[in-house]
Amino acid sequence: MKIANSEPFVEELIIEPGRAERNYWRDLWRFRELLYFLAYRDILVRYKQTALGVAWALLRPALTMAVFVAFRRMTKMPATGVPDAIFVYSALIPWQFFSNALSEASVSLINNSNLISKVYFPRILVPAGSVVTSLVDFAVTLGLLVVLMLWYRFVPGWQIFLLIPLTVFTLVLSVGTGLLLAALNVEYRDFRYIVPFIVQFGLFVSPVAFATSSVPPRWRVLYSLNPLAGIIDGFRWAILRGQTPLDTVTFGISMAVTTLSLWVGISYFRRTERSFADVI
Amino acid sequence: MNSPIITVESLGKKYRINHQAERQRYTALRDVIAENTKRLLQFGKRSTFAESFVSQEDFWALKDISFEIRQGDVLGIIGRNGAGKSTLLKILSRITEPTVGRVRIRGRVASMLEVGTGFHPELTGRENIYLNGAILGMGRLEIRSKFDEIVAFAEVEKFLDTPVKRYSSGMYVRLAFAVAAHLEPEILVIDEVLAVGDAQFQKKCLGKLNDVGKGGRTVVFVSHNMAAVQSLCGSGMFLESGQLRRLGPIGSVIGEYNTSLLKNRTLDAKTSINLGATLKLERLDLEPTTIRSGGSLSMHIRIMPKRQTMIMEMAILIYSADGVRVAILDLRQEGIRDLILWNDPLSFEVFVPDLRLVEGDYRLGLFMATQYDQADFLDLLAFTVGAPDLDGDIAPYPAKYRGFLELEYSVRAPTVILPDKILM
Repeated sequence: MKIANSEPFVEELIIEPGRAERNYWRDLWRFRELLYFLAYRDILVRYKQTALGVAWALLRPALTMAVFVAFRRMTKMPATGVPDAIFVYSALIPWQFFSNALSEASVSLINNSNLISKVYFPRILVPAGSVVTSLVDFAVTLGLLVVLMLWYRFVPGWQIFLLIPLTVFTLVLSVGTGLLLAALNVEYRDFRYIVPFIVQFGLFVSPVAFATSSVPPRWRVLYSLNPLAGIIDGFRWAILRGQTPLDTVTFGISMAVTTLSLWVGISYFRRTERSFADVI
Repeated sequence: MNSPIITVESLGKKYRINHQAERQRYTALRDVIAENTKRLLQFGKRSTFAESFVSQEDFWALKDISFEIRQGDVLGIIGRNGAGKSTLLKILSRITEPTVGRVRIRGRVASMLEVGTGFHPELTGRENIYLNGAILGMGRLEIRSKFDEIVAFAEVEKFLDTPVKRYSSGMYVRLAFAVAAHLEPEILVIDEVLAVGDAQFQKKCLGKLNDVGKGGRTVVFVSHNMAAVQSLCGSGMFLESGQLRRLGPIGSVIGEYNTSLLKNRTLDAKTSINLGATLKLERLDLEPTTIRSGGSLSMHIRIMPKRQTMIMEMAILIYSADGVRVAILDLRQEGIRDLILWNDPLSFEVFVPDLRLVEGDYRLGLFMATQYDQADFLDLLAFTVGAPDLDGDIAPYPAKYRGFLELEYSVRAPTVILPDKILM
């Protein structure tokens, strides 16, 4: 017998009803590579199965942008001092990311029900993997932004670097809401129909086609409860050299709602996670 | 050193069955809202949410199970369908949580409850090895270091970059098993995975599992294949209706299981068995009570749907006491295919006029394919075939030398074969 074996590292695991697993975060670390593989699988499969592949990630925001720009022109919305295309597109970047991530994450557990009922791993990785997958599309949409800026000869300022923390905020919001809806979807299948509605509705109530400043001031606080309002304003402000106003109250409320969503998402997910295998 | 690696103390798992709402396992938010509104309106009547769902029944899939496994043990779990074997494995591998009791595990557990969990048909063999390895808890470096070994074991070198949807089912199973077999946890939990794959590969898998056991690792193994359980496992556990009937050396446990199977000669509405998620076997009995080799055999079967289900295919499986399949009765040939069951049971009788089985103990199982699932349901019933009445002066050889089948044959009188006849 080798000496190295004489003192084996033994980790003890106790399985009991209702025991909040103390090993949860350790397991999450151990399975961290699974997050990468799940995302990798989804990306590979998507690009293998769709003929247009990457083009889809471009086509959707590009067409939405075209429609909104046309809409702005037809309704003679007040000019913003920047090209309409960039004005709309800078809002679509976080919006597309959030809506993709939310739609994918909310059905991710159901779509992987065979995994859930046959193997153990921290379930949180499944919706988290969907959000990571959406980051790839996000990168593609950023590429189109560069093209637009070149076309309009629009040079961004130092504010552009704030896109990094803003992206993290969007990621946090997507993970929070994604976890919540994914868990709800396991138990109540109606959410399969609710999520597309949220996504469709959200596009119109978020300041994509218009600026937050056109919302009457007395409704502003209420409006800011939509966390996308602050995030979109932030993206616009960062991309458009600070030429659009960034209301600190709106932004602050959005950040608070985003943080709250992460907390609610994780705690609800953790609470229901244990019974996923029994109900899925 | 020899302290138990797994300690299970009075473990139980309860499922709640909604008789009315059984058509959907999950709840619809719509129903919850409707029920809660109704409850509010009927506030005085004190009808609870639970009651309004017609009737709910608690079903203990496992009850009061306690045992210990020591390091290096290879434990075989046997029992009929629905005895709780899979539930126990699911608890040990942390997929589901127990309702009561406690399990203490000292070491890493890897489980293989299904062949190829997480395999994606669009991905290549190589991609699936990494993905599946990660799902089973291996790190990328660990997979990379075992990659060649896995590929060699699965014999798929040439098809590594082919999507697995183009694999033959044999290749698919080999690859899936190979990944799981190369995990190196302290404890390996395996459900009926050897039921698939060809005989040669089964042998190879058993060999691999044997090595795993000899290497000091602990294996918990569920199978209906008594020959495999017998050769692989040192100790055994016999579960019946969620309860631990016997724990001990594998030989005696298999013995007790066989005796108990032979005791239950019939299956009726009380002892019904679930066939997948949507069907229930309510009757299975054999006629005559003493079955003789060469005599007739009738089987009465009644299947009740729990919700609308289409039976696409169905076959009766006959196999020996140690799990070797002897024959199947393909009921598709007799019109039992693509039948839609709604509220009424499907009842029929299968008649075998001339049962040419060598005397001995046999088992009956069903293969069932519906639009929801398909599976073999084994060990539904056991029966003994008695020796035929002796005709002729020469006593037959003992049954163990005679295989399973009595063929009808005759010997023609030897004739002289002329050379020109051979040329013809």
